[in-house]
Amino acid sequence: MNYLCLDLFLTDIILLGTMKKLVQDFEVLQRKELNDDHFVLDVKALEPLPEIRPGQFVNVLVKDSNTTFLRRPLSIHFVDYERNTISLYIKKIGDGTKKLGELKEGDSLNIVYPLGNQYSIPNNANTLLVGGGCGVAPLLYLAKHLKEAGNNVTTLLGVRSEKDAVELDAYKEYGNILVTTEDGSFGEKGYPTQHSILEKEKFDYVFTCGPEPMMKAVAAYSAQNNIPCEVSLENTMACGFGACLCCVTETTEGNKCTCTEGPVFNINDLKW
Amino acid sequence: MVNLGVKLKDLSLKNPVMTASGTFGFGEEFEDFIDLSNLGGILVKGTTRHHREGNPYPRMAETPSGMLNAVGLQNKGVENFCKDIYPRIKHYDTNILVNVSGSVIEDYVETAAMINELEHIPAIELNISCPNVKEGGMAFGTSCASAASVVKAVREVYKKHLMVKLSPNVTDITEIAKAVEAEGADSVSLINTLLGMAIDAETRKPLLSTVTGGLSGPAVKPVALRMVWQVFNAVNIPIVGLGGIMNAKDAIEFILAGATAIQIGTANFIDPQVTEKVVVGIEEYMKRHNVQDINDLIGALQIQ
Ligand SMILES: Cc1cc2nc3c(=O)[nH]c(=O)nc-3n(C[C@H](O)[C@H](O)[C@H](O)COP(=O)(O)OP(=O)(O)OC[C@H]3O[C@@H](n4cnc5c(N)ncnc54)[C@H](O)[C@@H]3O)c2cc1C
Ligand SMILES: Cc1cc2nc3c(=O)[nH]c(=O)nc-3n(C[C@H](O)[C@H](O)[C@H](O)COP(=O)(O)O)c2cc1C
Ligand code: FES
Repeated sequence: MNYLCLDLFLTDIILLGTMKKLVQDFEVLQRKELNDDHFVLDVKALEPLPEIRPGQFVNVLVKDSNTTFLRRPLSIHFVDYERNTISLYIKKIGDGTKKLGELKEGDSLNIVYPLGNQYSIPNNANTLLVGGGCGVAPLLYLAKHLKEAGNNVTTLLGVRSEKDAVELDAYKEYGNILVTTEDGSFGEKGYPTQHSILEKEKFDYVFTCGPEPMMKAVAAYSAQNNIPCEVSLENTMACGFGACLCCVTETTEGNKCTCTEGPVFNINDLKW
Repeated sequence: MVNLGVKLKDLSLKNPVMTASGTFGFGEEFEDFIDLSNLGGILVKGTTRHHREGNPYPRMAETPSGMLNAVGLQNKGVENFCKDIYPRIKHYDTNILVNVSGSVIEDYVETAAMINELEHIPAIELNISCPNVKEGGMAFGTSCASAASVVKAVREVYKKHLMVKLSPNVTDITEIAKAVEAEGADSVSLINTLLGMAIDAETRKPLLSTVTGGLSGPAVKPVALRMVWQVFNAVNIPIVGLGGIMNAKDAIEFILAGATAIQIGTANFIDPQVTEKVVVGIEEYMKRHNVQDINDLIGALQIQ
């Protein structure tokens, strides 16, 4: 067992014992449009926020959508304890996320949180974060925690073109930010796993979230180079807190719930 | 003070609100959200004789006003339940019922016999909607003869309250209800999920790994209400109604149609506090309508 597994294992035990899940109304503070289909929603808790760990997610109730029956799971993009806010980074996919994109300042949003496990946080290591699409969502808050634990942080974002390379300044607060674009309009041309940094630098830990083919490529790079790697998975979720068993991922130890035993998994535990 | 207490024969519930099996975990998953002692009862996950991994991903698809699931009874088996889970949950101050499933009669019997020994489990709910492997995959609950045979066999070993959960995937649910009543069922609960399916037109693929799955949520409520009403007029044992209950108004409708108690399933996913709210809402309804005793509402549907 490598250190990363051990780390995750220990923190999980502590977390399971202490983290109470809540269902609360939040107030929308602002909605920032990032480009055509991505936006960030800042929502303010009416009571002091509990401890929230990087990699965890929320399950939000969408109102006024005929086709949205269940809640929508969204990663926690950032937590600002001073403002008592959670930020969500959302891509408009269907009616549920579209309706979230119409929320205005002062609107209320009902949220079940904090859900899921967390990325493990090493100390004083050289860490690489790879994100693509709306999978970048959990990486900002992760970058903050990694930096605070004394790690060197490099965030590598893979996007389609320049207009999708958003929030770069936010990542810069916590370390180095690199971008690949599919059309070559910004940063290096290609996919994140083709970026030259992977040849140049040696990383101790890799964390990734994004489309499955991208995460599989990142996992393959990590496995080849013997670097511990954690991925954040999506799945079809009805409840988000372990009650329905609708969200299983196949692991080396049998089916596991993505919502309670994930969404963060070490690649060694997955049947990839 | 209005009376919310009801009785399913010998089984007393402090109020008619229970949870539906497979949607409430072992109750523990909801401890952060509600006080379980405020409920009439909780139904734990479907339990089988042996460990089951369940079906592959994807297991869930959202549908208009509902959802399809194909969990496939993932559970660690009855021995694990008795040894690991039961000691953790037995202190709950509510009725804990175990939902018992199987694919051959012997499995139902052995599972029920083991649960019969657990002091703090006053009842089981027999789920006869699983395919009968020996009879070629047809669900026990879809023919009177097989439904009767499994209830008869379990009745011999199970001494406490025996609730039988009926499948709606039949032509005439009253025939099945009468068959299980004749074999000694103490109550019936209905409905289990309706068989359905969902397709992604873009990819031309089914949305569930098993192609078909069980439909639940408000989409099934009118069917469930109709079946509760029909069964109420056909049997003498108490009825537990469920299928698409989202709020107290829905719950009252089931009680008026003949249900002595109700279960809430899918709604727990959307509002994990819904069960407590339904208890409060039923009480409010009773005060508003000047009803002192919930039992006066059971089957009180006024036709004309
Ligand atoms: C743990 C977890 C964390 C998540 N975090 C985020 C996040 O931080 N930001 C974010 O934008 N999204 C995130 N998602 C995905 C998000 O939940 C879905 O995009 C959302 O539920 C879609 O809802 P909708 O009503 O807009 O679309 P729907 O009406 O549900 O779907 C519209 C169409 O898109 C397809 N679809 C649904 N979900 C996805 C998907 N994830 N990817 C591709 N196609 C899909 C559907 O099959 C359908 O054809 C996360 C999902 C999980 C499980
Ligand atoms: C995810 C899921 C899992 C279920 N698992 C079981 C089960 O193990 N045993 C059972 O008898 N019914 C099971 N059911 C059916 C429910 O108990 C209930 O009969 C049905 O969902 C209708 O009620 P609802 O509309 O309130 O959800 C399951 C339903 C869902 C949605
Ligand atoms: S979404 Fe219900 S158990 Fe994971």
